[in-house]
Amino acid sequence: MSFPLLTATVLAPAIGAVATAVVPSARRTLAKWVALAASVVTAVLAALVLIRFEPGGDRYQLTESHAWIPDFGVSYELGVDGIGVALVALTAVLVPFLIGAGWNDADPKEDETPAGRRWRPTQGFFALILMVEAMVVMSFVATDIFLFYIFFEAMLIPMYFLIGGFGDRAGENSESQQAKQRSYAAVKFLLYNLAGGLIMLAAIIGLYVATSDLPGGGTFSLQAITEARASGELTFAQNTERLLFLGFFIAFAIKAPLWPLHTWLPNAMGESTAPVAVLITAVVDKVGTFAMLRFCLGLFPEASAWATPVVIALALVSIVYGALLAIGQRDMKRLIAYASISHFGFIVLGIFAMTSQGQSGATLYMVNHGIATAALMLVAGFLISRRGSRLIADYGGVQKTAPILAGTFLIGGLATLSLPGTGPFISEFLVLVGTFTRYPVAGIIACAGIVLAALYVLILYQRTMTGPVRPELSRMPDLRPRELAVVAPLIALLIFLGVFPKPLTDIVEPSVQHTLSDVGESDPEPELEARR
Amino acid sequence: MNSWTHAQGVLETPQFEWVALSPTLIVVGAAVLGVLIEAFAPRRYRYGSQVVLAVLALAVAFAAVVGLAANGHAGAEAQIAGMGALAVDGPTLFLQGVLLLIGFVSVFLFAERRLEPAEHGRAVDSFAAQAAATPGGTAEKLAVRSGYTTTEIFPLMLFALGGMLLFPAANDLLILFIALEVLSLPLYLLCALARRRRLLSQEAAVKYFLLGAFASAFLLFGIALLYGYAGTLSYAGIADVISGAPSSQVDPGLAATMGNDAYLLIGGALVIMGLLFKVGAVPFHMWTPDVYQGAPTPVTGFMAAATKVAAFGALLRLLYVTLPGMRWDWEPVLWGVAIASMLAGAVIAITQTDVKRLLAYSSIAHAGFILAGVVAVSPEGVSSVLFYLAAYSFVTLGAFAVITLVRDGDGEATHLSKWAGLGRRSPLLAGVFALFLLAFAGIPLTSGFAGKFAVFRAAADSGAMPLVIVGVIASAIAAFFYVRVIVLMFFSEPQPGGPSVVVPSLMTTSMLGVSVVATVVLGVAPQYFLDLAGQAGVFVR
Repeated sequence: MSFPLLTATVLAPAIGAVATAVVPSARRTLAKWVALAASVVTAVLAALVLIRFEPGGDRYQLTESHAWIPDFGVSYELGVDGIGVALVALTAVLVPFLIGAGWNDADPKEDETPAGRRWRPTQGFFALILMVEAMVVMSFVATDIFLFYIFFEAMLIPMYFLIGGFGDRAGENSESQQAKQRSYAAVKFLLYNLAGGLIMLAAIIGLYVATSDLPGGGTFSLQAITEARASGELTFAQNTERLLFLGFFIAFAIKAPLWPLHTWLPNAMGESTAPVAVLITAVVDKVGTFAMLRFCLGLFPEASAWATPVVIALALVSIVYGALLAIGQRDMKRLIAYASISHFGFIVLGIFAMTSQGQSGATLYMVNHGIATAALMLVAGFLISRRGSRLIADYGGVQKTAPILAGTFLIGGLATLSLPGTGPFISEFLVLVGTFTRYPVAGIIACAGIVLAALYVLILYQRTMTGPVRPELSRMPDLRPRELAVVAPLIALLIFLGVFPKPLTDIVEPSVQHTLSDVGESDPEPELEARR
Repeated sequence: MNSWTHAQGVLETPQFEWVALSPTLIVVGAAVLGVLIEAFAPRRYRYGSQVVLAVLALAVAFAAVVGLAANGHAGAEAQIAGMGALAVDGPTLFLQGVLLLIGFVSVFLFAERRLEPAEHGRAVDSFAAQAAATPGGTAEKLAVRSGYTTTEIFPLMLFALGGMLLFPAANDLLILFIALEVLSLPLYLLCALARRRRLLSQEAAVKYFLLGAFASAFLLFGIALLYGYAGTLSYAGIADVISGAPSSQVDPGLAATMGNDAYLLIGGALVIMGLLFKVGAVPFHMWTPDVYQGAPTPVTGFMAAATKVAAFGALLRLLYVTLPGMRWDWEPVLWGVAIASMLAGAVIAITQTDVKRLLAYSSIAHAGFILAGVVAVSPEGVSSVLFYLAAYSFVTLGAFAVITLVRDGDGEATHLSKWAGLGRRSPLLAGVFALFLLAFAGIPLTSGFAGKFAVFRAAADSGAMPLVIVGVIASAIAAFFYVRVIVLMFFSEPQPGGPSVVVPSLMTTSMLGVSVVATVVLGVAPQYFLDLAGQAGVFVR
C-alpha cells in the first residue's frame, strides 16, 4: 500500500494543532514556532501532492479508501482532482503566511492580569488556525459526501472561536463594546452556516434514501453515485433531484457567500483579526464554491441546468451589489469583505456558465482571489495595528511615512481589481470569456464589476495613502521585516501567476472537462466560425 | 398462557428463569441489602459500605447483561421469561446495559463529597441532612450539626434502577405498571433531597409526584380498558386480538366488551400517554423544567438520562409488539407529538436563564428527535433509537456533572449570567461543557450527530421526510441557545464575584472523563455501537 499522502496532509496540521495547544502558557514563542513548523510541513506535503498529481491521469488520484461507518453507508474515501489539488495548494501556502502575519495578534495585553493559569490565548489562536486548516484540507480531498459534510460542519466550531475570541487591539469603541460586536459577529457566522449545514443534512439524508435502491444499499461515495448515474442504474425523480440540489446549494451559497445570504461575511471579517479574516474569505469560503463545482454539478446535473438562470442572476447581483457596497464602506476591512462578495459572484458565475473557460477561470479565480485578498487584507491589518482604527477616514498620506507599506498595499489592491499582469486578471478574463460565449448579456453586466472594482480599490488607496500626512501618523513605522517577509512572497506569487499561469491551468483543465461531461454540457461552437 | 389473567386454571408452580432475569434481581437485591445496611450498620460505616455495595452490584449486573448477550440472548436465544411477563431480548439487554452504565457513573456523582464545604468538620454531599426536617427549622439545624447524611439515596437509586431495568423488559401491562411505580416512587423521594434550596427541591418533588400520579392513573386506566378489549394483559395476547386471531381461552365475562375498538383506541391512547409523560414529550412535558431545576443535580442527571432510556424502551416495545396492528392510528398522533416536542422544546429553551431549565427544555426537544426514530416502525428505527439513547444519556450525565462543579456561596450557580467568562477561569471545564453542548446540538464528530443522523435517516427511510425537515429546523433553533451558552462562557468578561469551579474528587473527574470519551468515541467511530444496536433491534414476541 502506498503512503497515504492525503491523510498525512490532513493530519499534519491537526497534530500541529494539538502540539501547539499543549505548550505551557509561559512559552508563547515556542507555541508560535510549533504552529509555523506544522504549517510548513503541511505546505511541503501539499507540494508533494502537487508533484505526484498527474494532470492527464485518472480523474481522482492519490485515492484512499477505508470502511468507516458502513451502517450509514459512509466510508473514508479521499482523492483529489485538479481543482482539489489547486485549492489544497492554496490553503497550504497561505496558512504559514497567516501565522506569520498574526504572530503577535493573540498575545495577552501587558495590562491584562492573567485570569487563570490555564488561559492560553496565544496557544489557542494558533491551534485553532491549524485546526481549521486540517478541516478545510479534508473537505477538499474527501470524495465521500458524508465525510465532506462532517468536516464542512465541524470547521465552523474552530472558526467560530477564532472570530469571537480574538479581535483587533484597536478601535474607537470601548473594550466591552468590541467584545460584544465580536461575539455578535461570531454568532451570526455560526448560525448562518449552521442553518445552511442543517439544510444540507436533510438533503444528505434524502440522498441516502434516494440511493438506497442501489445494489450495495445507500451510499455517499461520490464516484459510486456518479458512475451509477452515468450507467443509468440510478435515476432521481425530477423533483427529488431539484430539492436535493437546493439543499446542497443553499448550504454552499451561504458559505461562498452569495447574495442574499452574504450578510454574515462583513461582520465576521470586520470584527476578526486580519489573518482570521483572510482565513475566512480566502480559505474557508472556497469550500463553498469548490463544493458547488464538485457536488452540485457532479451529483445533480439536470437540476443544476434547471437552476442555472437563477444562480447566474444571483451571481450578477452579488458582483454589482458587493462592489457598490464596497465603494460606500467607511471601514476598510468591511470594504474588503464586500469586495470579496463581488468576487465570489464572479466565481459562481464562472461555475454556472457551464463552459470550460468559465469553470477553469472560476477555479483559478478561487486561487488568485485567495492570494490577492490575503495580500491586501494582511497589509491593511498591519496598517490598522499601527493606528488602532479600521476607519478609512482616520488615515491619510501614509505613502510618505511608510512607503513600502503603501506600495505593497497598492499592489494588493491592483491585484484585487484584476490588473493585467497579476493573477486575478487571467481568471477574471477567463470567467468573462466563458460567460460571454453562452450568456452575452450576463457577461456585459459582469463587466460592470471590473469598473466598480477599480473605483473601490483606488478610492481606498487615495483616501488612506495619498494626500497630506495626518499628524497622528507622522511617526508611523514602515513594514517590519516579519511583515515584509509575509507580504513579499504573496506579491511575487500574484505576479508569477499573472505572467505564467500555465502550470495551474494545466492541472485544472482536465478536471473541468470531467465536470462538464458530468453535466452533459460542452463548450458552444464559436459563432463567427459557424457562420462562415 | 398467562396465569394472572386466567385464575380459573390450575395454579401452576411459577417457573422462573433466574439467569435471564439476573441483572434486575441483582440490582433489586442490592437495594434490599442497602436498606438493611441503613437499618443495622453504624452511621459512620454506612456511606462507605453503601457506595461499595452499589458499585459492586451494578458492575456484577452489567457483567450479567454482557454474559447474557454473549450467550445469544440478544438474538437467537431471546426468550419470554417470568411466565410471559418479561421479555429478555436484544432491546431489553441493550437498554439494561445502558441503564446499568448510567447507574454506575451516577453512583460516583451521588457519592461526591468534595463539592459542598465541610459542615462542622464533616464532608457532606449534595443531599439534605435530614429530608423530613422542616427547611430552616430547628430540626434541620440539629441534623446538620450532628452531621447526618442521607445515605439512603443509594438504595433508593438502586430501587429506581431496578424498576427501570424492568420497564423496557415488561411484556405484560401489569408488569409495565409495576415497573413504572418501582422506578417512579424512589425518584419522587430523591427529588426532594437537595441540601441547598430545600423548598425548591420539595416543590419539585411534589409537582413531580402529583403529575406522575396522574400519569400512572392514566396508564392504569388504559390498562384496564385494554384488558377489557383483549381479555389478556400480555403484549402478544393483545396483539393477537388486534390482528383478529385471539387465542382460544377467552374469559366469558368479557364477551361483551371483547373486540370493541373504542376500548382499544382509548386504552391504547391512555397507556401511551402515561409513557409519554415519563419521556417528557409535549404536551406531557410540564413537569420537566421544574423538576430538573429543583432536584439535586446528581439526581437530575441520573433521572434525565435513565428515565428517558427506560421509558423509550417501554414505549418501543409497546408500540412494536402490542400495537403494530393499529399503526395507522397511533402513527399520526406520534408525528404530532414529535413535531410539537421538537419545536416547543427548542423554542422555549431560547428564553431560559437557568442552566438546568435550559437543559430540561433541550431534553424535551431531544425526546422529539427520538420519537422521530420511534415512528419509523422499522428495525433501523429501533436500532437508531437505541443508539441515540446511549449517546444522549452520557452527554446528559456529563453536562449535569459539570453543573455540580460550578458553584458560588449559595451552592451551584445555575443562573446563566453567572457562567459568563467561565472559559477564562477554567478553560478545561468550560471546554468539556462546550463539547457536551455541541453534542446536544448535533455537531459532526460528536455522538449527538451520529445519533441524530441515525434517527433522521430511519425516519426518512420510512417516508417521514417532513418529520426530518422539522427536526432539522428544530436543530437549527436549538443550536442557537447551545451556542449562546458557549458565547457566554468564552466571549464574555468574567463577572467579579462570579462562581468558582470546585476541584472534585476522582469520582466526578473519572465520571466526566467517561462521558467525554463516550461523546467523542460514539461520534468519531460509532460503527461498533451501531452494530450492537443493530443486532439488538428485534423484539421477541
